[in-house]
This record gives sequence, C-alpha cells and structure tokens, in this order.
Amino acid sequence: MRTGTRSALLVLADGRFPAGGHAHSGGAEAAVKAGRIKDADDLEAFCRGRLHTTGLTSAGLAAGAAHGLDPHALDAAADARTPSPALRAAARRLGRQLMRAARAAWPDPGLDALAAAFPRGAHQPVVLGAAARAAGLGPEDAAHCAAYETVGGPATAVVRLLGLDPYRATAVLARLAPDMDRVAERAAAAAGEGVDALPAASAPLLDLTAEQHATWPVRLFAS
Amino acid sequence: MHLGHAHTHHGAVSADAHRPDGTRRALRVGLGGPVGSGKTATVAALCRALRDTLSLAVVTNDIYTREDAEFLLREAVLPPERIRAVETGACPHTAIRDDISANLEAVEELEDAVGPLDLILVESGGDNLTATFSKGLVDAQIFVIDVAGGDDIPRKGGPGVTTADLLVVNKTDLAPHVGSDLERMARDAKEQRGELPVLFTSLRSAEGVGPVADWVGARLAAWTA
Repeated sequence: MRTGTRSALLVLADGRFPAGGHAHSGGAEAAVKAGRIKDADDLEAFCRGRLHTTGLTSAGLAAGAAHGLDPHALDAAADARTPSPALRAAARRLGRQLMRAARAAWPDPGLDALAAAFPRGAHQPVVLGAAARAAGLGPEDAAHCAAYETVGGPATAVVRLLGLDPYRATAVLARLAPDMDRVAERAAAAAGEGVDALPAASAPLLDLTAEQHATWPVRLFAS
Repeated sequence: MHLGHAHTHHGAVSADAHRPDGTRRALRVGLGGPVGSGKTATVAALCRALRDTLSLAVVTNDIYTREDAEFLLREAVLPPERIRAVETGACPHTAIRDDISANLEAVEELEDAVGPLDLILVESGGDNLTATFSKGLVDAQIFVIDVAGGDDIPRKGGPGVTTADLLVVNKTDLAPHVGSDLERMARDAKEQRGELPVLFTSLRSAEGVGPVADWVGARLAAWTA
C-alpha cells in the first residue's frame, strides 16, 4: 500500500484543479429551481443526503480504483449504480476532463492505460481513484476526495445560484466534515473487500431531476 | 518549439501542436469581449467569409443558454455538426482561462468528428474587460468591443484590450448616432497596445468582416508554414 502525501491530496482536492467540476452543480440547480434549497439549512440537508447516498457510492468507486481494483469492473459497477443516462454522460465527460488534468499533473503509465482503455471517458470516480494512485495517494485519500467533491460542488453552485452568503456555505461544509470522514472510512473499508462489496447507495430524486434538468433550455450548470 | 512527437503523453498536453496521430491540429482562435459587442456576429461573418476555402468549426461558450450556438445554426453559417456549445457554470471566464478542460474536449471532439480542420473559432461568453483566453486553449485571441459600449473603453485598457493579438472595434456605423469619437478610440488603443493591431469594423455589409478574415488568414498561413 502506498503512503499518501498530504500535499498531493490538497492539490487533487482543490476546487481550482482544472477538471471541469465548476460547470456542474451536483443536482443543486434543479433543487434550487424546485424550491427545495432556499437557504443554508436547506443546502446542508441537501448535501448531507447527497453525501450519504451518491457520495458514498462515488467514494467507494474512487477508493477501489486507488486500491488497484480492475478499472473495467469498476466502470461497469459505476454504470450499474447510475441509472440516469444524463448522469452517466456527465460522469464520463467529467472523467475525461479529470483524466486530462491528472495526466498533466502526475504522468503515469496506469493513467495512460486507463485513458487508452476508455477513449470516451471512464466514470469520474474511477478516474479520480486512478489519479490518486498516480499521485502516490491511498484508497482512503481518494475516498475523502470524492466525498468532499460530492458536497463542495453543490455548495459553490448554490452560492452562485442564490447569492447565498459564502461564509454560511463554507460553514455548511465544515459542519459536514465528520460525516465526510465517516463516509470515506466506510468506502475505503469496502474497497478492500473487492468490487462486489462496494456501496450502492443512491438518491432517486437526484436521478429524476438530473433527467429533467438535462432538457431545460436555459440553465447555468451542465448538470 | 512544437516538438509534438518528443513526448509520450499525447492528449495530456493541451497546447501541443499535433494530434495523437501525428498530424498538425487546427489553428484555434479565441474571440472574447463584453456582452453585445458583436462576437457572435463576427464569428458568423468569419464563417461566411472563410468556409469556402477552409475547413472550419466553432465552439461557443454561452453563459446560461445555447443562444449563440442556436444563432449560428439558424443562420446556417456552418453545418450543425461543426458547431459545439460548452456550458460554463455561470463563469465564462473560468471555462476559457482557469479550467479549459471542457473547451479542449469540444475542440478535440470536433477534430475527431468532422476533421481534418484548418481553423476552430472559440467564442467566449460575453464577459467583462478582464476576460482572456488561456494559451493552453487558443493560439491567438481577438477581443471584440464596439463603439456603442463607450468610446473610453480603449483608454480604460484591461487585459483584453491591452494584450489580445487583435482588437476589433465593431459597429463603426453607429459612431455618429452614439457620439463616439473613432479617432480618439484609435489613439487610445494605440497607446494601450503599442504595435498590436486594431481593426475597425461594421458588419452591416457582407464585406465588413474582410480585414478580420485577412488577419485570421495570415495567422493560419504562419501556423501551417
């Protein structure tokens, strides 16, 4: 098992890492439009729900890839856990974008092989785990990164969508930190058991609203 | 400078002048500028002027709709498969400067789908005077302002006005109606830009884009030389 370098984790987890995430709201745009997110409390509830469902699932896939599990099996597992075609397409597109940034940051034969095997993009959490591995990070690091992205994306999006006070949005993320730790720990533990043991939690409302959102003629975010 | 075959990470280096198969990629020209200055009209006019002699494609970066892409489709300046819209998450300058990954995906997909291409025009969403393109995304950039936005914009400067490879001052036909002093704009632009070129255009007539098309043609000749 590789030992993680804490600074490499910060580089990978930084919201400024140029991997395309800034154009995605993680379902927050649809939730804002539907009136389900109106303030910081709503944002926290949304993020907590997302973290313990799709967040846990993504963290498991990322941890599995960082652990060195077969990327083809992981990608198939990601497909099986993503019923919404719009979210599958977004995940593969983001996987490609992340692959580009990761290969520039951490040149690595494993990343080259994954890029060659999935020219249309592997699911983003699978690429994230492979990127973490290339950066010398371990499964739990990758899971932390996935868990943080799961809530960091919607929080930033809601600041833009509602003009929400950025200090309150950041405080939401800080309050969720213990939950993120638990999710990452659970995901990394499951990854040690193999692909079939990976979490398969889902949030059906996010799947449904993602499909609706993809048909909107006017929107700020790609998903 | 462009030793595309000298490294082993094809696809990972965004500014690489060669495609994974070793062929030279298309020249990429960015068009930025404030909302309403005529970026999309300039792109449409460039397409009409160049499409018979060059293999062309366009990437648009709309802020919250696909209107720019739809305008180009409606005007039928290019076949639909040669136009891609990138979504920018409310931050058009991020998508052309800080995180260019979605735009790089779009230009590469265009080259894969309808290539080989000579030229790809990348139009930014209407933004502010500080928006510039990353050199990892485009080889040259045009900043489009217009006389009706205020004739003091060249004097105010900013990265777009000061550093763009070409400054286009559009809608010169409106100058008498909005009280803009074209000579003053030219003088101020010269002061801000030194030897970098400035062109004054009116796209009301079909020939209006001619000087811009000639400039693009010269960049392309240098790129393929």
